[in-house]
Amino acid sequence: MNNVAAVLPMPPRRVLGAYLEEARSECLRYLRAPSFILPVTLFSTVFYLMFGVLLNHAGSDASRYLLASYTTFGVIGPGLFGFGASLAIERDGGLLTLKRALPMPSGAYLLGKMVMAMIVASLVVVLLLTLGLTLGGVSMTPLRVLAMLAAGAFGVLPFCALGMFVGTLIKGQGAPGLLNLVYLPMAFLSGLWLPLSMLPKVLQSLAPLWPSYHLNQLTLAAVGMGSGPLLVHVLALAGYAVVFLALATRRLRRLG
Amino acid sequence: MNTLDTPPVAALAGVTLRYGAVTALDRLDLAVRPGELLALLGPNGAGKSTSVAALLGLVRPQAGQATLFGADPQRVEARRRIGVMLQSAVLPATLTVAELLRLTASYYPAPRALAESAALADVTDLLKRPYGKLSGGQQRRVQFALALCGQPELLFLDEPTVGMDIDARERLWATMRTVVAQGCAVVLTTHYLEEAEALAQRVVVIDRGRVLTEGSVDDLRASVALTRIRCISDLDEVAIARWSGVAGASREGSRLIVTTAAAEPVVRRLLDADSALSELEVRRAGLAEAFSALTRPDTATQEAA
Repeated sequence: MNNVAAVLPMPPRRVLGAYLEEARSECLRYLRAPSFILPVTLFSTVFYLMFGVLLNHAGSDASRYLLASYTTFGVIGPGLFGFGASLAIERDGGLLTLKRALPMPSGAYLLGKMVMAMIVASLVVVLLLTLGLTLGGVSMTPLRVLAMLAAGAFGVLPFCALGMFVGTLIKGQGAPGLLNLVYLPMAFLSGLWLPLSMLPKVLQSLAPLWPSYHLNQLTLAAVGMGSGPLLVHVLALAGYAVVFLALATRRLRRLG
Repeated sequence: MNTLDTPPVAALAGVTLRYGAVTALDRLDLAVRPGELLALLGPNGAGKSTSVAALLGLVRPQAGQATLFGADPQRVEARRRIGVMLQSAVLPATLTVAELLRLTASYYPAPRALAESAALADVTDLLKRPYGKLSGGQQRRVQFALALCGQPELLFLDEPTVGMDIDARERLWATMRTVVAQGCAVVLTTHYLEEAEALAQRVVVIDRGRVLTEGSVDDLRASVALTRIRCISDLDEVAIARWSGVAGASREGSRLIVTTAAAEPVVRRLLDADSALSELEVRRAGLAEAFSALTRPDTATQEAA
C-alpha cells in the first residue's frame, strides 16, 4: 500500500526554492498593499517628525531619545500587524486551509511572513534613521547605525510571535482592532511615548513585563543612551518569542 | 467489482467526524480509484466538503481512517501528488495571476510549465492582472489553474463551477475531461446533477454524513427520473407496490405515496381502484427529492441495514 515511495522525490533545491518563493510572494504582496504599508511606515515616522523634530531643537537629547523610542514603536507594527492581522484574515478567508491542503513545505508560511516583517521593520528603521540623522540633527557612528538596524530586524520577531498568537484568538476583520488594543497601551506602558520617569511609580515597576520595554532598552543603547547590561533584554525578548510562538502553534493545531 | 483490487488513490474507511453535537460524517466509506472521475453529490450540508477535508487531512476523524496514496494525508509526500481547488479561498489580492501560479508550482517536484497551466484553465490573458481585480468567475478559473499547475495525479475540486457562467463552466468541464484522459483522477463535489452527468464515471450520493447510493450516472438518473404521486386513499400500499410500473409505494398517515417512472397508467389505475381518492398530486422528482426519497427509510432500497 505504500505507494508514496513510488512518487517523484522533491529535490532539496526545489524545497529551498519553495521557501524562497513563499517569502518573495509574502513580501511583494504586503509591500503592494497600501492599507498595510502606509500605516505601518507612517505612524512612527510622522510621530517622530512632530515630537522628535518639530517640537525639539535639532541635535537635542530629546530628539536622540525619541529616535530610539519611535524606532521601537515603529518596529513593533510590522510584527503585530503583518503577522496577527494577516493570520486572522487568512484563517477566515480560507487561504490558510488551502495552504495546508497544498504541499507547501511546513514552516514556509510562517517563515515567509517572518522575512516580510523583518524587511518592513528594517525599512521603518531606515526611514527613521534618515529623519533623525538629517532633520533631527542626531549624530551616530556607523556602528551605532548598524546596531539600530540589527535591533529593528531581529527585534521584530517577538512581536511577530505575539501578533501570531493574537491572530489565533480572533478571526477576520476584527483583528486589527484587537491588535491596536495591545499595541497602543503596551507602547505607552513601556515608555515609548512619554519617558518612563514621567509615569507613576507602579507603572514604572511594571514596565519590564512588556516585551516592548526590553526592545526599547536595546534601541536606547544603540543611540548611546542605554544603561546596564543588554543581555538580559535580549534574553527576555527571545523568551517572549518562544512562549508566544508555542502558544500560537498549539492553538493553530487545535483550531486550524 | 473487479476494480477493487487496484489500490485506491484516496480513501475513507469508516470515518466518523463530529463537530460538537453535529455528526458531519457517520462511518463513511469512500474510495477513489486511479484515473477515475468521481462525483460526490448531495444537498448542501450533506458532508461532501467534510469528506474532501478528511481526504486532504484538514480535519482529523474521531474514528476511522483517511488515506491519500496509501499514506496519512498530512504527509507532504502524499500531498505533492494532488491538486486542490477549495470551495472558498481568498487569495492574496495584490499578487498577479502569474505570481500565484509560480508560487503554487514551486511546491511540487515536477510542475507544468506556467504557460501550459494558464492555457489549460483559460487564464492566459489574465496572467499580468492582480488577482483582486478579477471577477468572481475569473478568480475561480485562476484557482482551477493553481489546482492543475503541479501536474497532480489526483485533483480535488470542491464545487468548482459555482459562480461561473455557462461558457466558463463548459470550458472547465472540457479541461477536466482532458486531465482525466491524461490519467489524472478527479474528486468533484457538486450539487448540480448535470455537472455529474456530463463528467462523472461514478457518482456517490451523500446525505447526513453517509453514503446513500453509489453507482454509474445512469443508475442515478434512473432514480431521479421517477415521478411521485401523492393522494388520500385507503388502498393497500403493499398491493400497489406490486403493480407493474410502480417503483415503490408507502403511506404517511392517510396519504398514499407512489413512485413510478410512468405516472399516467398508474394514476388511471389508482382512480379506477378507489373512487373516493382525493387530493391527487403528481410531481416529477427533482434531484433534491431524489435525495430525500433516498433518505426516507420506507422507500430506500439502498438503505444500509
